[in-house]
Amino acid sequence: MSDELLKVTNLVKNFELRVDKGARRRKRIVQAVTNVSFSVAKGQTLGLVGESGSGKTTVGRCILRLIEPTSGSVHFEGQELGSLKFEEMRALRRKMQIVFQDPFASLDPKLTVGASISEPLNVQGVPGDHADKVLELLELVGLSADHAQRFPHEFSGGQRQRIGVARALALNPALIVLDEPVSALDVSIQAGIVNLFEDLQSRLGMSYVFIAHDLSVVRHIADRVAVMYLGKIVEIGDQEAVYSNPTHPYTKALLSAVPVPDPKTERARNRIMLEGDVPSPVNPPSGCRFRTRCWKAQEVCAQEEPMLTVRPSGQMSACHFPES
Amino acid sequence: MTEKVLEIRDLRVTFDTPSGPLEAVRGIDLDVEAGELLGVVGESGSGKSVSFLATMGLLPARARVTGSVLLAGEQLIGASNKFMRSVRGRLISMIFQDPLSALNPVHRIGDQISEMLQSHQSLSSRDAAKRAIELLDIVGIPQPDDRARQYPHEFSGGMRQRVIIAIAIANNPKVLIADEPTTALDVTVQAQILEVIERVQDRFGTAVVLITHDLGVIARVADRVNVMYAGRNVEQGTINDLFDHPSHPYTRGLLASLPRPGKQRLKPITGFPPNMVNPPSGCAFHPRCEFAADICKFEMPSLVSYGDLQTACVRARELPKHERFV
Repeated sequence: MSDELLKVTNLVKNFELRVDKGARRRKRIVQAVTNVSFSVAKGQTLGLVGESGSGKTTVGRCILRLIEPTSGSVHFEGQELGSLKFEEMRALRRKMQIVFQDPFASLDPKLTVGASISEPLNVQGVPGDHADKVLELLELVGLSADHAQRFPHEFSGGQRQRIGVARALALNPALIVLDEPVSALDVSIQAGIVNLFEDLQSRLGMSYVFIAHDLSVVRHIADRVAVMYLGKIVEIGDQEAVYSNPTHPYTKALLSAVPVPDPKTERARNRIMLEGDVPSPVNPPSGCRFRTRCWKAQEVCAQEEPMLTVRPSGQMSACHFPES
Repeated sequence: MTEKVLEIRDLRVTFDTPSGPLEAVRGIDLDVEAGELLGVVGESGSGKSVSFLATMGLLPARARVTGSVLLAGEQLIGASNKFMRSVRGRLISMIFQDPLSALNPVHRIGDQISEMLQSHQSLSSRDAAKRAIELLDIVGIPQPDDRARQYPHEFSGGMRQRVIIAIAIANNPKVLIADEPTTALDVTVQAQILEVIERVQDRFGTAVVLITHDLGVIARVADRVNVMYAGRNVEQGTINDLFDHPSHPYTRGLLASLPRPGKQRLKPITGFPPNMVNPPSGCAFHPRCEFAADICKFEMPSLVSYGDLQTACVRARELPKHERFV
């Protein structure tokens, strides 16, 4: 595909966990991400959803190489990132940016907003004093020129998130990883930030990887959606197909657990109630990782890992007994 | 005939801050009826948690609390610490967002439930331990007799919140206040905890006050809803009335800002939540309100009946009809 911007292939990330038990020291492996593959086209948004511990944030950080993947490859504009030298990677990073969840922790309290926004330009050695660029960026994200001289503590959560977005835009990236960018914001403010992302994308044409646990926001903004469970993608496809016609039992259960803000619809729904909690990624279940909570699980699910398979409505899901 | 178990009148809470007095709650009137599930919605800083911390007598001494809170006829505002200790856990309990910090890490789960039982009832240790296991079973913890001997770190987040609910209902209180009980949990676990809360309400006739910012959660479980903004009630009514034809522009704005299936553009509420050290004059929502008129800057509206709802908006009668979302 020619318009493919990002391609992630068989991405694996294991974290080592040191467990001290008396005099014995053992190493245990947390399998945060296991064999994750997907691609993102130019100007498109991929939503990455899953509950805590599903590995969605780790995937986002591996894409930017903020953490080194254990194995697998990430291709960006056709270049394999793992083969790049440190300087080459740094140069490429100007095209890949990230916006974090917590707008209070992600801005340096001692830098003016203008200095924070121009920092990426200085790091990348863009000549000039960037004052005009900062003003342009502030206006782009719906703030005003006089905000440049102020400090982060003078701003509300929603405004700070706009500052974070302005900083991410400074180098005209082709890809922005948005890691739970609206989760910390009040409901009435979230909508404005989501609209901002949409406006920026239609004006500037960048791609987003939108990581979130809020399924309704992802449904709104994403073109394609990948649902993760315990480090693996269980279902991936066009937003419309995944949401209207979920084929993996986990996707179905997850969608059914999200309360709809309408009492009549909400109370009339047939809800699938999942038992128990997500198992530990230190020792994930054999075969299909969801089988311990799945109402359809059979013997084969424990023995054989299901592969991602194309379903009639177009998406792929990894299940031996898919919903139709 | 419904019985009011909790009656809050003109509740006000003020904190002294370096930048001056901050009135976090600015005159709340609210009733909780026996056995109902009242949802309290509002954004951060709306005063929803502070109102109920004041009700429980859990605010620090520097907070100035005035007004009246009657719990089954007993006045709680200005009551002695000793009296409040006898009330908390017996007549009214409160659970919070983070279940781990609410449990003592060095005591067994069963003992923590027994402690609550024995502090309000004369029960032998043996009977208390037995009752603790029953309570764990009621809140849906499998193998309760084994789990009672375990420590908090051996429980997952969802299981801890179940334990907290077991402790909160141990003495069968009239009112359970749940402050964002599912915010820290994953959605599949949230669904389980909401079910436990509904089960408790059903089985023991406990009135539940569910404080949340999530309108989906409210739509799912609440009988009545109270919407708060800038330390005031702005609207209250039954769940269907409030979602079908909200009158207050803030309630309308909140409902309109939620993403719904389909790709239509979201409608945020413009502007920012107010700074409570210096809240806007008149109706605190007027700087963000698309229907604001001059009068809104001067007159602080109180709740008035409009149809089936109580709404604090001087212009409520003149506003265009609300379009229901689907």
